[in-house]
Amino acid sequence: METILLKDAQKIFTLGGEKVHALDGVSLSIMPGDFVAVMGASGSGKSTLMNIFGCLDTLTSGEYFLEGRNVSGMGKKHLADIRNQRIGFVFQGFNLLPRTSALENVQLPLFYNRNKKGLNPKKLAAEALDRVGLANRMSHEPSQLSGGQQQRVAIARALVNDPAIILADEPTGNLDSKTTLDVLTLFKDLNQQGITIVLVTHEADVGEHARRVVAMRDGRIISDDLNGNNAEALAAVQPGTRQEAAS
Amino acid sequence: MKWFKFVKVALQSILKNRMRSLLTMLGVIIGVGSVIALMALGEGSQKDIKTQISSMGTNLLMIHPGAGRSGGVRLGSGSLATISMDDVKALREKSSTLLAVSPNVRVSEQVIAGNANWSTSVEGVSPDYLTIRNYEIASGTFFTERDVRTRAKAAVLGRTVAEELFGDSDPLGARIRVRNVPFKVIGVLAEKGQSSMGNDQDDVIFTPSTTALYRLSDGKTLRVIMASAVSEEKMDAAEKEITQILRAQHKLSDSEEDDFNIRSQTEIINMASQMTGTLTALLSAIAGVSLLVGGIGIMNIMLVSVTERTREIGIRMAVGARGSDIMAQFLVEAIILSLIGGVFGIVTGLSLAFGLGAILGCSVVTNLSVILTAVAFTAGVGVFFGFYPARKAAGLHPIEALRYE
Ligand SMILES: Nc1ncnc2c1ncn2[C@@H]1O[C@H](COP(=O)(O)OP(=O)(O)O)[C@@H](O)[C@H]1O
Ligand SMILES: [Mg+2]
Repeated sequence: METILLKDAQKIFTLGGEKVHALDGVSLSIMPGDFVAVMGASGSGKSTLMNIFGCLDTLTSGEYFLEGRNVSGMGKKHLADIRNQRIGFVFQGFNLLPRTSALENVQLPLFYNRNKKGLNPKKLAAEALDRVGLANRMSHEPSQLSGGQQQRVAIARALVNDPAIILADEPTGNLDSKTTLDVLTLFKDLNQQGITIVLVTHEADVGEHARRVVAMRDGRIISDDLNGNNAEALAAVQPGTRQEAAS
Repeated sequence: MKWFKFVKVALQSILKNRMRSLLTMLGVIIGVGSVIALMALGEGSQKDIKTQISSMGTNLLMIHPGAGRSGGVRLGSGSLATISMDDVKALREKSSTLLAVSPNVRVSEQVIAGNANWSTSVEGVSPDYLTIRNYEIASGTFFTERDVRTRAKAAVLGRTVAEELFGDSDPLGARIRVRNVPFKVIGVLAEKGQSSMGNDQDDVIFTPSTTALYRLSDGKTLRVIMASAVSEEKMDAAEKEITQILRAQHKLSDSEEDDFNIRSQTEIINMASQMTGTLTALLSAIAGVSLLVGGIGIMNIMLVSVTERTREIGIRMAVGARGSDIMAQFLVEAIILSLIGGVFGIVTGLSLAFGLGAILGCSVVTNLSVILTAVAFTAGVGVFFGFYPARKAAGLHPIEALRYE
């Protein structure tokens, strides 16, 4: 079953009477274990797509299935629970709570998790921080961490509820090239551990780390290719992953 | 567990902005503080007034010369000699509801003892006066009916007079002179303290009524007739009976008004407590308004807080907080803010009440139910004024909240 299945998605923003087609008939499916890079010029609709995937926003028309469940038409409360338990979102601007320790930041999703009664939030958060290599920075607050470290905390936060997919909207946009590489390597490692990842970028070299590259322009998918550099990864992915209806 | 966390988050947010939180709470602190202080002082002074009035005597009825008419000119209360010794006699003989009746003839005079002198009021009364007014003899004796008949020049001194004239030495048996009439001190009264009107009830000399009336005064004018009803329940009946007897005594026709005034102790108590009660209610209403203003202050700060923390709200929503979670968080914060203000207010109010009580020398009555009501009320203020900002926070769109700069 597809982790993500998007059918003829339309997202129209109305701004001052003018309609903007941020998504203009997008269909896409992503299988478990995939590592997808979404690329495209600024304003091409990448963030809009990610927000839809992340249940942060809803479609104007079309259908969105997450793990086989039809998300379009779900109420706010339900969407919040899905964001909480099935999705890990990583933002360009980190979006950590200021003046709050890394450990507490990572615990935040657990606080709103209604299904994890009896689990130890501190332990889970510490484990997640350990996975991103920040076991020794747990009590640091965001202001005491470098950009790369802050983004790792955000990734740990995305991991902590054991989500179906991690969505990262330009996660390296605020980082220098060295840390960019570190963070991308981390995503790659996580993907190799079996986590499904969708990552937005507009840097070609960042895209090379992914297994599959989806290119967008003006709210449409213009190409959807397996990444040449990662051709060997093909074998690792289940058959049928490749998107048939692209461009 | 979750609520515990909400409380923790709220406390953190309050502590992160200590100064602002304190200023926000100020309205509630002042409001609750003044309500508590006013209630405590109001109830305290009411209690004081009641005990003071009770100390005037038991089941007391006071008959003052009334608003009589003189050539069509209406005269004020007490300006005419419309009550007399004959009235006292009539009341004694004819009433069934009165336990004791005493006239009171008062002259203000310079009293001389040796080379000491003191201006005081000399009051001519009957022996019953002691029981009517709840005075007690500290040493010596009070005068008797016989002394009244013989117009004996006997004096019983109030504590203040005794101290002013004789200092530490024993006044019993000593001679004092009032308007050149020599009196013999036969007793000293126990201390009684201030009256509800604030005058010193120990600054007095009692002599037999006849002595005062004929030797010191004009031989007819009584200031007041004091009477004691047989019981509290009989106060009303006693008042009616006095009216009947005195109207008959004064031969008033049905069309004529009473030429005397009767005031009962219960009436005075009611009047006094009504007065302090109204005052307390009025001041409490003002305090309530300041509580309202405090609540609006909380709403204002919560709105600022919601705006300031829009991004935080977005982050919480992005990781799965429901609208209700956000709502609960801000509501809890408003309630805690208000409750802390309430607790500070109670502490301030009580300190103020006890401080003022000590300075003014009046009692302070602390009432647990008032305090609990204040706590409940401040929590209510938190809910009421926190609701709108909290709902505003809960209604934010996650993406817009995240984009907020
Ligand atoms: N909230 C919004 N209101 C109006 N227009 C929007 C909104 N969000 C995005 N858009 C428009 O939708 C288009 C796609 O935006 P976005 O998905 O953010 O692009 P990208 O992330 O690829 O740069 C842009 O033209 C943008 O102006
Ligand atoms: Mg974008």
